[in-house]
Amino acid sequence: MTAAPAARTSDARTSGAAPAAAHPALLGTAGALVFLALWEAAPRTGLVDARALPPLSAVVPELVDRASGAAYWIAVGDTVAAAGLGLAIALAAALALGFAVGSVPVLRAYTASTVEFLRPIPSVALIPVAVLLYATDIRSTLLLVVYASFWQIYIQVLYGVADIDPVVEQTARSFRFGRAARVRHVIWPSALPYVLTGVRLGAAVALILAVTAQLVIGSPGLGKQIQAAQAGGAVPAVYALILTTGALGVLVNVGVRALERRVLRWHPAVRGEAPV
Amino acid sequence: MPEPALPPDTSQGSGPMPEPMLDVVGLHKTYPGDGRPVEAVRDLTFRLEHGEFVCVVGPSGCGKTTLLKCLAGLMAPTSGRVELAGRPVTGPPADLAVVFQEYGRSLFPWLTVRANVELPLIEKGTGKARRRELVEESLAAVGLSGSADAHPWQLSGGMQQRVAIARAVAYEPAVLLMDEPFAAVDAQTRGDLEDLVRDIWRRLDVTVLFVTHDIDEAVYLGQRVLVLSAAPTVLQEEVRVDLPEERDQLDTRKDPRFAELRAWAYAEIQRAKADVHRSGAGPRE
Ligand SMILES: Nc1ncnc2c1ncn2[C@@H]1O[C@H](COP(=O)(O)OP(=O)(O)OP(=O)(O)O)[C@@H](O)[C@H]1O
Ligand SMILES: [Mg+2]
Repeated sequence: MTAAPAARTSDARTSGAAPAAAHPALLGTAGALVFLALWEAAPRTGLVDARALPPLSAVVPELVDRASGAAYWIAVGDTVAAAGLGLAIALAAALALGFAVGSVPVLRAYTASTVEFLRPIPSVALIPVAVLLYATDIRSTLLLVVYASFWQIYIQVLYGVADIDPVVEQTARSFRFGRAARVRHVIWPSALPYVLTGVRLGAAVALILAVTAQLVIGSPGLGKQIQAAQAGGAVPAVYALILTTGALGVLVNVGVRALERRVLRWHPAVRGEAPV
Repeated sequence: MPEPALPPDTSQGSGPMPEPMLDVVGLHKTYPGDGRPVEAVRDLTFRLEHGEFVCVVGPSGCGKTTLLKCLAGLMAPTSGRVELAGRPVTGPPADLAVVFQEYGRSLFPWLTVRANVELPLIEKGTGKARRRELVEESLAAVGLSGSADAHPWQLSGGMQQRVAIARAVAYEPAVLLMDEPFAAVDAQTRGDLEDLVRDIWRRLDVTVLFVTHDIDEAVYLGQRVLVLSAAPTVLQEEVRVDLPEERDQLDTRKDPRFAELRAWAYAEIQRAKADVHRSGAGPRE
């Protein structure tokens, strides 16, 4: 491959990889291509039932077709809005509670067992409650999304607030930083890597729960569309919509990682070296 | 303890004594531990006069960091008292700055060098123009004007330590506490940093307490050296360093008097390690 030498030099600088190793991005692309080829081949060779899994070549035109209509984009918008709004609410609540509880050891110990009890409750178990409260309104979806992503972020915030370098802490104290300055200049930057990890995990969960809620409860969005397509026997459409949710997930992850790289330029994990 | 020879300008004896900058009386610190208390400092009494440069040496684990934290108001002593310019220390005092041994961790990695030096000044309420002046001056003093916009992790260890020193100096403290600040830098850098600290001390009107485990460093830098005993820690010995004020890495270290003082301090530390709590003879004039 002609691009290989260039790719290799840039790679060697960052990770010191063996010269023979191919670029990870190239490997990833190759893997995806193999996966898509298998998808195409499996129903065609009769390995799986084409009625349950139509070949890729049947799904792609369906996706293109749907993507040219407004209904598809409205559904995408509804799902993104529900997941995004839910994530935002969860983030705000997790930050407020996490900072408050995390910086008071007594409070932290006091709430620990309750958190350990509430956290593992699967959000989908709350579907009946959501329906009872809000029927098919977007608030049903929000309830599930917020509940699920809140814990992901909250736990990370608790870890982050606890993981403050004692030397940094003492430095701030010796320079007589006030409470507000400690939060802003010491606790917040120290916790930020954890907060962003929480956001990344929470965003994935938010998307899953948004689609689930729409699928089960029937509030508007991609989930509801999948349900409708399945009820109408439009199997390629089901897969076209599933592909869409997958693409959203990838986009969210790429987005948060880019944010991490930008905001945490100073962090050892981002600058790619061990701390001093 | 034999009275070490004093420079003629220091009044000691009858008459009103000038108020010491730092007064430590009967300082005792026992860490509660987990059921097994650790007595880190047994009984320390000493004082630093205004503008003095005093070094503290002692065996590892004898409580030097503990002492420093008590002086800096970061930790309450179990008993005894610390006074800074006549006022008891109950929390971190306004006119005191600390340079920690772990310089890599004491700088805020998310801030640039300039912001690291400036942040304590902002918190102190220093005006913007004065802040800029202080940051420029202190960075220039440590030779880092060119690195103001870098992040600490982009600098070498010695440069990071200079940022920490610049930050403390910009704060304009009356007392500067330094905890084994050069333990982790190479010999060449170390010599440069030693001269830097002495230079800053001579130019600014600041009282310095410098903790080190290096006897040569203590004798080279200080006007006085306090030798601590092994834990449980008491003040084992104290010597006035009667070397010329003008110190030089080559000449001072070649001075026979320097060799005498360091040999004496070395013997004291050995004695401290052997845990003999009896004062011996100081160096002869
Ligand atoms: N937070 C703590 N809890 C309990 N014991 C402690 C604590 N910090 C220090 N100690 C103990 O107190 C004693 C003195 O520790 P300190 O760190 O002050 O020594 P040091 O003279 O600074 O040593 P070094 O030269 O190695 O830095 C040691 O025995 C240590 O184990
Ligand atoms: Mg120490």
